[in-house]
Amino acid sequence: MKNLNRLESGGRIDRSKSLSFSFNGKLYYGFEGDTLASAMLANGLHVIARSFKYHRPRGIIGSGVEDPASLIELLEEEASGNNLCTNVKLKEGLKAKSINCWPSVDFDVGAVVQYFAKFVPAGFYYKTFKWPTWHLFEPFIRRAAGLASAPKEPPKKGHFESRNAHTDFLIIGAGPAGLLATLMAARSGAKVFLVDQNTEAGGSLLSLKLNINQKPAMAWVESAVKEIANMSNVTHLQDSTAWAYREHNLVIINEREVENVSIIERSWRVRAKNIIIATGAIERSLVFPNNDRPGVMLASAVLTFVNRYSVKPGDNMVLFTNNDSVYSYIKDLKTAGINILAIVDSRKHIASAVLAEAQNVRVVLNSIIRNVNGYKKVNSVVVQSLVDKELETIPCDLLAHSGGWNPVVHLHSQSRGTIKFNDRIASFVPDQFIQNSISIGACNGTFTLNEIFNETKSLLCGVSAHSKPLVYEGKLECSKQSYSIEALWSIDLSKEKNKAFFDIQNDVTHDDIQLALTEGYSNIEHVKRYTTGGMGFDQGKTGNVNIIGMVAKEQGIDLDDVGTTTFRSPFIPVSFGSINGVREGSVVLPFRHTPITKWNLENGAFMYEAGARWRRPGYFPIGGESFQQAVNRECHAVRTGVGVYDGSPLGKFELKGENVGEFLDLIYTNIISSLEPGNGRYGLMLTDDGLIFDDGVAFRIDKHRWFISTSSGHSDAVYQHMLKILAFDHPEWDVKITNITNQWNNATICGPLARKLLKKLETDIAYDNGSFPFMTFREGHIADIPARIIRVSFTGELSFEINVSPRNMLVLWERIIEEGTEFGILPVGSEASHVLRVEKGFLSLGHEVDGTVDPYDLGMDWLMSKKKLDYIGKRSVHLRRSLGKVRKELVGLLPNNPNDAIPEGAPITPDGKKVATEGFTTACVWSVVNERWVGLALLENGHNRHGEEACVRMKDEIIRAKITKPVFHDSDGKLLRS
Amino acid sequence: MLLIHCPFCKNRNETEFVYGGPVGANRPDPNLVSDEEWVDYLTMVPNPMGPVYERWWHARGCDQWFIICRDTVTHEILENPSEEP
Repeated sequence: MKNLNRLESGGRIDRSKSLSFSFNGKLYYGFEGDTLASAMLANGLHVIARSFKYHRPRGIIGSGVEDPASLIELLEEEASGNNLCTNVKLKEGLKAKSINCWPSVDFDVGAVVQYFAKFVPAGFYYKTFKWPTWHLFEPFIRRAAGLASAPKEPPKKGHFESRNAHTDFLIIGAGPAGLLATLMAARSGAKVFLVDQNTEAGGSLLSLKLNINQKPAMAWVESAVKEIANMSNVTHLQDSTAWAYREHNLVIINEREVENVSIIERSWRVRAKNIIIATGAIERSLVFPNNDRPGVMLASAVLTFVNRYSVKPGDNMVLFTNNDSVYSYIKDLKTAGINILAIVDSRKHIASAVLAEAQNVRVVLNSIIRNVNGYKKVNSVVVQSLVDKELETIPCDLLAHSGGWNPVVHLHSQSRGTIKFNDRIASFVPDQFIQNSISIGACNGTFTLNEIFNETKSLLCGVSAHSKPLVYEGKLECSKQSYSIEALWSIDLSKEKNKAFFDIQNDVTHDDIQLALTEGYSNIEHVKRYTTGGMGFDQGKTGNVNIIGMVAKEQGIDLDDVGTTTFRSPFIPVSFGSINGVREGSVVLPFRHTPITKWNLENGAFMYEAGARWRRPGYFPIGGESFQQAVNRECHAVRTGVGVYDGSPLGKFELKGENVGEFLDLIYTNIISSLEPGNGRYGLMLTDDGLIFDDGVAFRIDKHRWFISTSSGHSDAVYQHMLKILAFDHPEWDVKITNITNQWNNATICGPLARKLLKKLETDIAYDNGSFPFMTFREGHIADIPARIIRVSFTGELSFEINVSPRNMLVLWERIIEEGTEFGILPVGSEASHVLRVEKGFLSLGHEVDGTVDPYDLGMDWLMSKKKLDYIGKRSVHLRRSLGKVRKELVGLLPNNPNDAIPEGAPITPDGKKVATEGFTTACVWSVVNERWVGLALLENGHNRHGEEACVRMKDEIIRAKITKPVFHDSDGKLLRS
Repeated sequence: MLLIHCPFCKNRNETEFVYGGPVGANRPDPNLVSDEEWVDYLTMVPNPMGPVYERWWHARGCDQWFIICRDTVTHEILENPSEEP
């Protein structure tokens, strides 16, 4: 079980715990403490993935979240799509595979794409696949540019969880700055959250061998971690990434290593009085030809693999830099047995103290890397002097490069804080703070340990959320470090034939950015969208600033004037499961039920959602009955016998107070206030732009007490509308509204035999037509249950809407079914109800009322009061109609062939020609009373076209239909008043 | 996610509230304004970058409607409703 590239000793791995894992079906071994990336390198694996567009072989480039290339798919128990192997903690039995390659990562047919690269420049897809529509091509292109597949099944064991928390301090990052801030805040007694995305605390100190107080810096880290572990006011989360900074100091954290093994991941939503961002810095790439070859790595990643994971990524190495940081790595790299062949530095001069660290190493100043040779692994690099342009080829198997350091300003920027370009470090640093937060350490552009500690101490003095001042008593003497840089956004690439990548993840090259600029996409947000540079799962962590620098250079302006693209959340890819927590499907948007849902299911109802999350029975098929047979049977029962319908979801409100009459007159188009107690009226509600908002009935209980009903799907909106008017337009009115939708359920018995059924059920309410006429209500008992019975009808038949309290609903329902059996009673689902209302031409929200119609359009102008000076919508209806424009008006449709059904929504065009539509079908049903299909439509100038022919233009045929009045049954309403 | 100060329930998460739009002009008496003035009332609503008065409804709470002043750039809530109704 020997690892090819594992060092004999050292590193923060546990050599006593060997772990096996498989990659592309082959078995390998690593150790506890490894990431998948370090274990792969230890086993000598260097081609991990194929690139997004050109299918070029890619290896491991970074050592953490910044890696732009090493995307893999995890399989079986850990199944999840696109993971960076630098972020995957090694576990026993882990199974992973490469993505975006076929048949294998070593031999990928898709790689031929790169030979046609000049035919697929940036923007190629947008330009080429726009006719007839992008959507036609999109699925094929997406497949070719594939990322991993999403797991087909939910995780087999465990679940996700989310938690909320409040704290005085949230400190993000447990590097030197974050740890010192935590000690200061925690010692003051404040409530502290410390969050860090690494598997252990320490940040840069895990990789850099520095001293604090003459001891290894990790000793200080370990004592700090131990101290806070014993403090009850500190919550310390490792392996947890703060990925979003939202409004009002809310930060969202993804915790991957949870103490309870049954929790896969946990999401934290933490609101903090103060947020201290100590997220460090990420090394920037250098841009040169073939800078993506396996074996070309970030210098900091090489150091991390050597010092933290005890892995040697190569034997013979060349370093390429424009800054000081790599010089401090020389000692550790040499100790690990790596042969440093040369340091290629683009600068003319470097400080003598820095040069002193490179004793016995060849330093080539004022030079660059001109090319990298090798396809699946570096085998040599070409060094070019900037003075005489002379080329020198150096054979090697590892090229480490450093283009400087980018402070991780992502969270600061997400908090709406501004950033500015800093010349000293040639990168962007936080400028203005908008929310209650500060940035400290490397994420603030401070790179040496001494300065980091001093800055942390002085900045935290100014934080005032907690009563006690924050201080650190005790000395912190650190190793000497220095840092200077000369920006190099890209080497000179004019006339270069090889690809030089700015964004390795998205295969964005120097040429792509040139093309974007040439075509006029000079704004940095446009450059990003045109080239896709900075998109994808790494969001350009290593490459973005180079693109900005390049755009600035090409246009001769400052980087501050170019600006950055928006730093959006999430900072790292986050699983949907973790965002969702335990709220899986059934509880995210729960269904609303009535008390007889169980009865419906037991009696064979086909249930579905019917607006506003109400789960209702569609129809009740018996035996092998078809949909249409079942619906016809239910409709027939209502038209000839009796049916019962669960109307409980209907929106219901009780209104109380001295001004209810005035209020109802304002919100309805007709006069409601003149009603006598016990009586009701149908009414329309408009919005103030003169369009129909809802319809329903209003009844008066006594002088100051009323109830109204609204459509089921719209009751929440009506409630909001009513409360808003009372709060802002008429706060002086005495009107109290109670939502009684769930306090009153109702069973509506409808059909010519409804009275016979009432008699059998036994009621103390007189129900003959004289004492209980249409549009009145009575209170009393039915089947010994207290009830409020309302005579309204949505079917056109004699109807009694029996309202009872929910606890009595099932009892009432079962009694109705039992007593109704001799009359052939049937439960009626939403589908039959729809047929019955279409036969009558009654409105349905979402069908005829689609937010574009006014009462005139529907032939309901008789509901618009002429007496009232004002009601909501009046002015706008008249204003719009005064323009005299053609309107779509409600008509009936009788297909010439009675057996022709018209699909809902089908367009009507003049003479069925391929021209602009003049209307559309809103509903079409098989009418049981007419024994033919009947439809409703909104048709231009429809009221004046009764008797004419409408042509419904379908894909393959034209359906011709006679235009009629929109009513097909009992047009004078005798039955419902009977 | 905003932390919104409901005059009745104090600070609650934005998810409990429904946004009711910026506060425009009061509804005029439709019989006393010209067509232009009426259309302006319906369509001209404030939409600044910066502070704006806006309406919120505590729909998943106490049902209270109220007005806050929020900076649309920073999301800072500059004025909360008076706790006296």
